[in-house]
Amino acid sequence: MTPTITATGALAHSLRDGDGDATTYDVTVIGAGVVGTAVARELARYRLRTALIDGSDDIGNGTSKANTAILHTGFDAVPGSLEARLVRDGQRRLAAYAVATGIPVERVGALLVAWDEEQLAALPALAAKAERNDYHAARIIDADELRAREPHLGPGALGALEIPDESIICPWTTPLAYATQAVRAGVHLHLNCRVRQIDSGQDVHTLITTRGPLSTRYLINVAGLYADELDRQLGHDAFTVTPRRGQLIVFDKLARDLVDHILLPVPTEAGKGVLVAPTVFGNVLLGPTAEELDDKTATGSSADGLALLREKGRRILPGLLEEEVTAVYAGMRAATGHEDYRIRAYPDQRYVAVGGIRSTGLTASMAIAAYVTELLAGTGLDLGAPAELPPLTMPQLGEAFPRPYLRAELIAADPAYGTLVCHCERVSAGEIRDALTSTIPARSKDGLRRRTRAGGGRCQGFYCGAAVRALIEEARP
Amino acid sequence: MTRRERTVDVLVVGAGPAGLGAGAELAASGAGHVEILEREQAAGGIPRHCFHGGFGAGRIGGGAIGPVYAQQCVAAAVRAGATLRTSVTVTGWAGPRTLDITGPTGLERITARAVVLATGARERPRSARLVPGTRPPGVYTTGELQQAVHLFRQRIGTRAVVIGHEPVSHAAADTLRVAGLDVVALVTDQPPSPLPAVPVRPRHRTPLLTDATITGLTGRERLTGVALRHRDGRTTTLRCDTVVFTGDWIPDHELARRGGATLDPGTRGPAYDASYRTRATGVFAVGNLLHAVESAGTAAAEGRAVAAPVLRHLAADPWPTGRPALAVDAPLEWIAPNLVALDGSRPLNGRFTLRTGRRLLRPFLVVGQDGRVLHRERLLLPAVPNRSFRLRGDWLDRVDPHGGTVRITVH
Ligand SMILES: Cc1cc2nc3c(=O)[nH]c(=O)nc-3n(C[C@H](O)[C@H](O)[C@H](O)COP(=O)(O)OP(=O)(O)OC[C@H]3O[C@@H](n4cnc5c(N)ncnc54)[C@H](O)[C@@H]3O)c2cc1C
Ligand SMILES: Cc1cc2nc3c(=O)[nH]c(=O)nc-3n(C[C@H](O)[C@H](O)[C@H](O)COP(=O)(O)OP(=O)(O)OC[C@H]3O[C@@H](n4cnc5c(N)ncnc54)[C@H](O)[C@@H]3O)c2cc1C
Repeated sequence: MTPTITATGALAHSLRDGDGDATTYDVTVIGAGVVGTAVARELARYRLRTALIDGSDDIGNGTSKANTAILHTGFDAVPGSLEARLVRDGQRRLAAYAVATGIPVERVGALLVAWDEEQLAALPALAAKAERNDYHAARIIDADELRAREPHLGPGALGALEIPDESIICPWTTPLAYATQAVRAGVHLHLNCRVRQIDSGQDVHTLITTRGPLSTRYLINVAGLYADELDRQLGHDAFTVTPRRGQLIVFDKLARDLVDHILLPVPTEAGKGVLVAPTVFGNVLLGPTAEELDDKTATGSSADGLALLREKGRRILPGLLEEEVTAVYAGMRAATGHEDYRIRAYPDQRYVAVGGIRSTGLTASMAIAAYVTELLAGTGLDLGAPAELPPLTMPQLGEAFPRPYLRAELIAADPAYGTLVCHCERVSAGEIRDALTSTIPARSKDGLRRRTRAGGGRCQGFYCGAAVRALIEEARP
Repeated sequence: MTRRERTVDVLVVGAGPAGLGAGAELAASGAGHVEILEREQAAGGIPRHCFHGGFGAGRIGGGAIGPVYAQQCVAAAVRAGATLRTSVTVTGWAGPRTLDITGPTGLERITARAVVLATGARERPRSARLVPGTRPPGVYTTGELQQAVHLFRQRIGTRAVVIGHEPVSHAAADTLRVAGLDVVALVTDQPPSPLPAVPVRPRHRTPLLTDATITGLTGRERLTGVALRHRDGRTTTLRCDTVVFTGDWIPDHELARRGGATLDPGTRGPAYDASYRTRATGVFAVGNLLHAVESAGTAAAEGRAVAAPVLRHLAADPWPTGRPALAVDAPLEWIAPNLVALDGSRPLNGRFTLRTGRRLLRPFLVVGQDGRVLHRERLLLPAVPNRSFRLRGDWLDRVDPHGGTVRITVH
């Protein structure tokens, strides 16, 4: 089956193209972030006509592209909450899925570092909370052990709570893997397709999109920051998303030796605070900030935000500030004022709302998808028996595993894998070609960067920018 | 993992003017098998995409255009008998003088009796300068811009702002004009200078905004403007769809650092002495990797000059240890070379190269070690940021080889 992926033209036309004379989808998932793609993948296991639509020109282009990329254990979730349950379950599912598909994951472990007596005194309660969240490996370590484990830590650290299973993961390969599997199994993906209005009738919803109307019997709203607005279109007033911006600084790979664990602050009233963490690409992250805003599009960075991060970072890992900065970015958490996800089914409307997937959605994505599918079945849709999805292998972007440029057999079979285009990230012509012709091909420089890392390194295009753009232009039909 | 293992006498990493100069001179002077490795598909380094004159001899007004100069450097190295290979990337170290290589023909591991690093320098991109705001398309460095315009003939935009006021900034402005853009302004955070840092080009009267720091970029689908704050607190936004971050150099020091060649805190290139010896035994460094950034002619001259010390090393000259470092006090930014050779070798043309962060009118430089004054020198011309000035090197004999850091201060 050739996957149906469209980015231009009227939707009605696309639907007929792919599926003969069918004009109505069984289920439509609005939002192709990490959660929406996970839901689409889960639905792809059933004999349903499913559509996944997104307003952007790529999957994973919203909050999902800009987070701290940690696969959480959920040790510090609110015990008993839906989030706690789905994070715990999602962590297990995604860890296994990552191994099966080649999504880079490294179990580096986290240290919640106490910088004063008060924070030190808070550690036992946090350890107890971890227990209540069914996480049993947390352990308090003293200042000496902490220093032995993290020799570059700034002066004054008094001890830490160790969470050995906190992991780092590739935030871009994850939704791409979900979406790839979904469309290969027959889910239609429609990009550049923003839902403006929803008209709900007796049996079908008509979505008025920027690419014309689309009709669907069932509807799943996974629109991230905009989930509240769509929810209101369906007549609800269940939650309001107030974006909470998180700015981050990515430091050069040469800084990677400074840190071995995810270094978390002891959480306070003000939130989880600023962390220092390695990335699977071999960089070091510093961030995020937590800023309540009212503009959902304000994903820029600010001078104040960056100054604050540098001040915090200097305390945690003084040597980090001496290293070069590779990138700065900001993401928006979908905060709702509630300390939990806002997932709810409305059976009489054949509708499931997936809102308030705050700061753990990457980790919980697969568990949310399973939960949503259960809710959907509860609304009366006969799903039928699930099928196994064909296995999938994703391009390997992680630094802890051999990348193509290190694989003799691959280069012998295809010299393009030995021809480097992006020097800082060591991305080969072969990988770029593959990303431009893959199931869900890259359409832009950013899309290509997320699929291959090309252009995302320390020179930010000084060497390869023009060459990479030329390759994208060549691939355009 | 299967890697073809080989040995050579000298391995040169990087085929810009410096690496090619080194390869040419080494091969010509009988260093044995000299191999130059270049990761780009074409050798020549930065000049390949500098489509303006001034390369090589007679820098101002004279000399060749970049690509011609690059070709001359390539031809000289090949003629001299160096092996030049392109599309091969040195990806790391497997031993003190053993390098791992990736290329379309596979993986290699090459051990050399001496390694010469000539990996050049780049401009710091917008992110490294921590310029806040959105992340729209339309943001360049000069390196990317020149390649886009001259090598790939890509469309750039319509109105551009250039950040920086050094020679390369003007090269960027020229490239933008060639590509048909209006250059709205050059912006620098430096104060206005009575003495132009760059020879004035009366052909183009692009406004130069001095004393202005860039506070943010705006735009989403495309850059829409560059926000500035002037020293007096005024803020403005320059409307543009293209911005080029120029200058603000950083040596490409990854290999040097991973190979144990400690960096000089000022230049951020490997610390080195007048014989181009880094702190890693058998590893030499030349060109912009040492000091970002000098002219191509200087880089090439350093390349040629490394041949003699490399030959001495191949003839079993011991690697020096315990060389005193040279360091500068603010407002000076760096000095190169920055280790004292102890074998009497002198820097290129007998002079050290320095940079200042602030304009200095006829500065009086004092060289001291452990409280002892080694040398005093009054410069006849002002020293200005982003432009090198020189300091005589004839006081090197007075350095105590067992003493502390040699400091250069301005009085
Ligand atoms: C700074 C920061 C750090 C984080 N760190 C972590 C972490 O370490 N670990 C972790 O597990 N989680 C983390 N998260 C949380 C995680 O990133 C999010 O929970 C997750 O990305 C949410 O995914 P989503 O699919 O719900 O939303 P999104 O990725 O925002 O996807 C929603 C999609 O809906 C589309 N859309 C919206 N409205 C419409 C419409 N009307 N029509 C069509 N399409 C529409 C958008 O284009 C978008 O693609 C972090 C978040 C932030 C901001
Ligand atoms: C935009 C710009 C404009 C300039 N204009 C002028 C001018 O008008 N006149 C003038 O005299 N000078 C000019 N210069 C300076 C001049 O170009 C440099 O001084 C000169 O190119 C430096 O030579 P180099 O050999 O040290 O470095 P480069 O020319 O940068 O060469 C370094 C080479 O090393 C290669 N390399 C790096 N790492 C590896 C690796 N791991 N494996 C393999 N190969 C590697 C790179 O691909 C590159 O080809 C300009 C520089 C720039 C950036």
